[in-house]
Amino acid sequence: MSKLNITVNGQIHHLDVPESRTLAQVLRYDLGLTGTKIGCEEAECGICTVLVNGTPVNSCIFPAFKAQGREVQTVEGLAHDGELHPIQQNFIEHGAVQCGFCTPGLMMTATALLNENPDPDDHAIKVALKDTYCRCTGYASVIAAIKSAASEMRGEGPLPVNEPDVSEPMHAISRSVPPQYVREKVTGAAKYTDDYCFDGMLFARTLRAAYPHARILSINTEKAKSLPGVVAVLTHADVPGENLHGLVYRDWPVLCGDVVRYIGDAVAIVAAETEDIAAEALKLIEVEYEPLLVVGDPKFAHSPEAPVLHPNHPTGNLLKHIKVRHGDIEQGFAQADYIVEREYRTPTVEHAFLEPECSIGIPPGVEGHEKLTILVGSQIPYQDRNQIALALGLPEEKVRVIGTLIGGGFGGKEDITGQIHVAMLAQATGRPVKMLYTRQESLAVHPKRHATIIRMKTGATKDGKLVAVEAELYGDGGAYASLSDKVMTRATTHATGPYVVPNAKIDCYAMYTNNPPSGAFRGFGVTQSAFAVESNMDMLAEMIGIDPIEFRRINAQKVGTTTATGQVLRESVGLLETLSHVEHDMVTSDGDFRWAWRDGHKAYAWGLACAYKNTGLGGGAPDRAEAEVEAFEDGSVEVRVASADMGQGLAHVVAQCTAEELKLPYNRVRVLLCDTDLTPNGGPTTASRQTFVSGNAARVTSALLREALTRSAAEFLDVPPETLYYEEGLLRHNGKSVELGQLVGWMKANGLSSKVRHEYHAPATQPLGTGGDMHFAFSYATQAALVEVDMETGAVKVLKIIAGTDIGRAINPLMLQGQVEGGIVMAMGNCLTESYIVENGIPWTNLLSRYKMPSIKHAPEIISHLIEDRVSTGPYGAKGVGEICSINTSPAICNAIYHATGVRIFSLPVDQDALLRAIRAGQTEVYTAWHDVR
Amino acid sequence: MKLWNHYHTPHSIDQALALLNQYQGKAKVVAGGTDLIVELREGHHPIQEALIDVTQIPELTRLTTTDNEIYVGAGITHSEIVKSAVLAARATCLVESCGVIGGPQVRNVGTLGGNVAHALPAGDGTTSLVALDAEAEIVMNGQRRVVPILEMFRGPGQSLIDSTRDVIIGFRFALCGDNEATAFKRIMRPQGVALPILGCATWVRLNPAQTHFEVARLSITPLGPTPGRAAEVEDVLIGQPATDITIEHAIETALQILKPRTSKYRATGDYRKEMIAVLLRRTLQLAVQRARTGQAIPEGIGME
Repeated sequence: MSKLNITVNGQIHHLDVPESRTLAQVLRYDLGLTGTKIGCEEAECGICTVLVNGTPVNSCIFPAFKAQGREVQTVEGLAHDGELHPIQQNFIEHGAVQCGFCTPGLMMTATALLNENPDPDDHAIKVALKDTYCRCTGYASVIAAIKSAASEMRGEGPLPVNEPDVSEPMHAISRSVPPQYVREKVTGAAKYTDDYCFDGMLFARTLRAAYPHARILSINTEKAKSLPGVVAVLTHADVPGENLHGLVYRDWPVLCGDVVRYIGDAVAIVAAETEDIAAEALKLIEVEYEPLLVVGDPKFAHSPEAPVLHPNHPTGNLLKHIKVRHGDIEQGFAQADYIVEREYRTPTVEHAFLEPECSIGIPPGVEGHEKLTILVGSQIPYQDRNQIALALGLPEEKVRVIGTLIGGGFGGKEDITGQIHVAMLAQATGRPVKMLYTRQESLAVHPKRHATIIRMKTGATKDGKLVAVEAELYGDGGAYASLSDKVMTRATTHATGPYVVPNAKIDCYAMYTNNPPSGAFRGFGVTQSAFAVESNMDMLAEMIGIDPIEFRRINAQKVGTTTATGQVLRESVGLLETLSHVEHDMVTSDGDFRWAWRDGHKAYAWGLACAYKNTGLGGGAPDRAEAEVEAFEDGSVEVRVASADMGQGLAHVVAQCTAEELKLPYNRVRVLLCDTDLTPNGGPTTASRQTFVSGNAARVTSALLREALTRSAAEFLDVPPETLYYEEGLLRHNGKSVELGQLVGWMKANGLSSKVRHEYHAPATQPLGTGGDMHFAFSYATQAALVEVDMETGAVKVLKIIAGTDIGRAINPLMLQGQVEGGIVMAMGNCLTESYIVENGIPWTNLLSRYKMPSIKHAPEIISHLIEDRVSTGPYGAKGVGEICSINTSPAICNAIYHATGVRIFSLPVDQDALLRAIRAGQTEVYTAWHDVR
Repeated sequence: MKLWNHYHTPHSIDQALALLNQYQGKAKVVAGGTDLIVELREGHHPIQEALIDVTQIPELTRLTTTDNEIYVGAGITHSEIVKSAVLAARATCLVESCGVIGGPQVRNVGTLGGNVAHALPAGDGTTSLVALDAEAEIVMNGQRRVVPILEMFRGPGQSLIDSTRDVIIGFRFALCGDNEATAFKRIMRPQGVALPILGCATWVRLNPAQTHFEVARLSITPLGPTPGRAAEVEDVLIGQPATDITIEHAIETALQILKPRTSKYRATGDYRKEMIAVLLRRTLQLAVQRARTGQAIPEGIGME
């Protein structure tokens, strides 16, 4: 311990802390300033940025004693006397806050910029924020917010917000209200799991497998247990209940005892007084292994030579064979004048949510917790509870899962990570236990987007009518099933694209391998198949000699057409409208439109692609969400639902639905999410379903509460209930009125409840193969990409994206636009920069510095049109948006690259090396990606 | 996780050396820490008993110009280099190379001395120091020495100095005068590790009539375990007309002599060869133009 004298946000501190501390650790752990977040500890993501003597630095690698005698400014120092700094205010106004985890870093970096440059242009902002990452927003709103703050700070007032046009705005629906908790997120007060601390809390770490595939011969924990400060070391022998978890198939050991199947497998867990001791203890655990043959890729997994990874699985390494059969494939191709058949590859992709996984287990009896409680930022709290209870051998009612704020998810926080482990350690030690994954551990452990190999054959007539699609998909499911079954089903059922294809035969093989598991990732398999579909579409259009837009228009799904799974589309098919909006911006509004042109050594071109994506679970799965809505005597209303807000904005959606039904001001509605004791089950936050199901649950439940309130008010005011109407928190009739709060007081006094709970059931769906409605709604999208290719280096830059997105209704137009912008930029990563590399089961991508996601310098100009083709069963006509915006960007970019260079890309991410060599050699097809460079 | 036990911030070189001596190999010199601390966390080095932060030593934080020479303290940050008007005008390649290191947060603490001490085969700042024909002032084995920059590199990640014992004090090099100019460009790949596929720093002096190359210094990295000069390519330029034709001749020679390897997950040898041509062409054309006009505005700062 030594004396550290630093000034933080104007306050002088004299701290006795170890000299080994980083500045981030001092701020977070010694000063409790948890607004500064830690994302990677590699000086890569920039979200830990604070100012030291006014200069932005990465506090995660900045030694605390380097700040000796200096002034440090953190996000907590931005607001003064409760008044937000213009940067904070403008981040809210311009919709630049989604999950909020990177927000402090973005704002601190922006603060330093504006101190130096009061009027930055886009370029200056991009330079300043180049290494401060945001995975949610796509940066457009961030740039707008910074410019507006600068304008305000110059005394010129804030700039107008880029509000999307929407139709028929209602009282609270189709209004760009600020998201929930946004003030907390911009001030640093928002609490994510690692921001919680409890008295006597222990710190836990996990011992991971030493091999991607090996038999465990012995585990000896004695030395680790005897290390001073270690409180518990647990192995498979200590799992009280069933040593398995899994969302679809229960095939994933809580702690491995006999075999390890991937490098992220957990073998032992340690709880100790400090993180350092826990880490030290891991080194003392002795595990003897017998390495086994590694199944490194899905095609080998399918071969007879491959060892069977899950002997209990009835079809061996074939996790699931998914089939779509529609029409007569042979007849279909017999009618085709043109046929294209190609093989596509897409890589494993990492979510790289900026908040690494964290769980805290609290045993019963601690700090008023009556039962075993787990704090976690999870996308599926009720299924967490179920899986924890089964592993601990407890009834579900004995376990409580409390969802904290989530720093991004994108599908990557659906599976169990540390939840069961901290529950076990809390039970074993009787003390609260926190398990925070390092970024590097997060990269190794949680399921990723499936790498796929897709062979796709598409046939069309000379008139431009699609007649047949035959496809074979291989998906690398990794070591455990996770959501492979569902994800690869979606890849398969969407493999005809949003088109009418009368004959289809599609086979998908999801395979077990010894790679990290694959699971849910925004787009849910459709991202992969859309790359093949939309590339084939452009190739066919060229062969036929038809404009690629016209070709899509001819074949587009419309009301009354049938999907390849046999579903007749009865309403809300906005594809053509998305297409015409994009075409208008790209072609019509440019009097001199050309698909491609050259300027010196730069080639420019447009490319276009379409997509569709289901809303909801579909396939016959019951799709439900339950909500509870309660009115209080202070005139406020609380809506409760266990559905996750990982930044996408579910909380404001349910609040808006409640405000709408009760005609309340939005700020009188509170939202309580994800507490299995206090909030009813909203089901998984996946499949673009929550606006639909939880939005509907909030809508219907609020309407039921309204009826109850109306009945009471009618009695209270002594008027007929049908004459009452709601206005701004009042119930009115002919000049008579009663305040909502007053009415609630009266109801309570009369023994009436002002709380309603109701479970919403989405329209029933049918399983694949039955030909019925597999899904109750689809969202549609068209995107056009303008790219610049440096013909001397092969470097590809996306300059502009025009997006048309049919989402039924924009409940919150500004925040929905943020979903679209964020989805596009994330998809640009999928196309151009991201690949999680695994070499025979060993991840090469073991650091965030080995995984490049798009930074603000990649952010293109985005023009977004929201198409509102209402779906009658959706809340006010809304359907899902989370995924549809992130699916067709990759093929749009690759189609543009083709127009620019004459070279077609068949493997992602685009490799500038191979692209340039193809250009030089006059080759027109590239089948390798950058990870193939050896 | 704890990566070091003690953190010292000496205010003189003697104090720094005394501390290093005291820890007997169990302490390392640190400046910005943007490489060292990340490597410590990745387990490339054992936990250090102490880190000796040299960024508060006046001699290491000076940036002084005397006549046509400049001294850049080893503890000067990349951001300070980028902000220096004299370096921008008269050692443009150094500003262009330090300006593309990491992001602002890294450039604000990372130092030129750290870049050299890290001894990567293609350190951006290093590549430009080679083209500028800089000398490094160091304390090695307790002795002050001045060594040519290229002598600082012993192998990939291995410099002449031992950071548990020695200190880099600063760098000296001649500033560009009349008819002289520099340029730096590099090709990154958008994926994977932030390592350049190829970087190239160019220094040229034209004759007083500005028609011919008089002298040229070229550093193309990485082409081997340590940074180096492309002497044979320089020879092609010397005495020849400062035209695109000469530049193309130099490129032809470069493509014959230089044999870039395929680097896993970085680039193929063929591609890197193409990039030698692109970078030589772009930097030489730019340097000639700058030498002729006497005007140099750094390009690409903060965005590559």
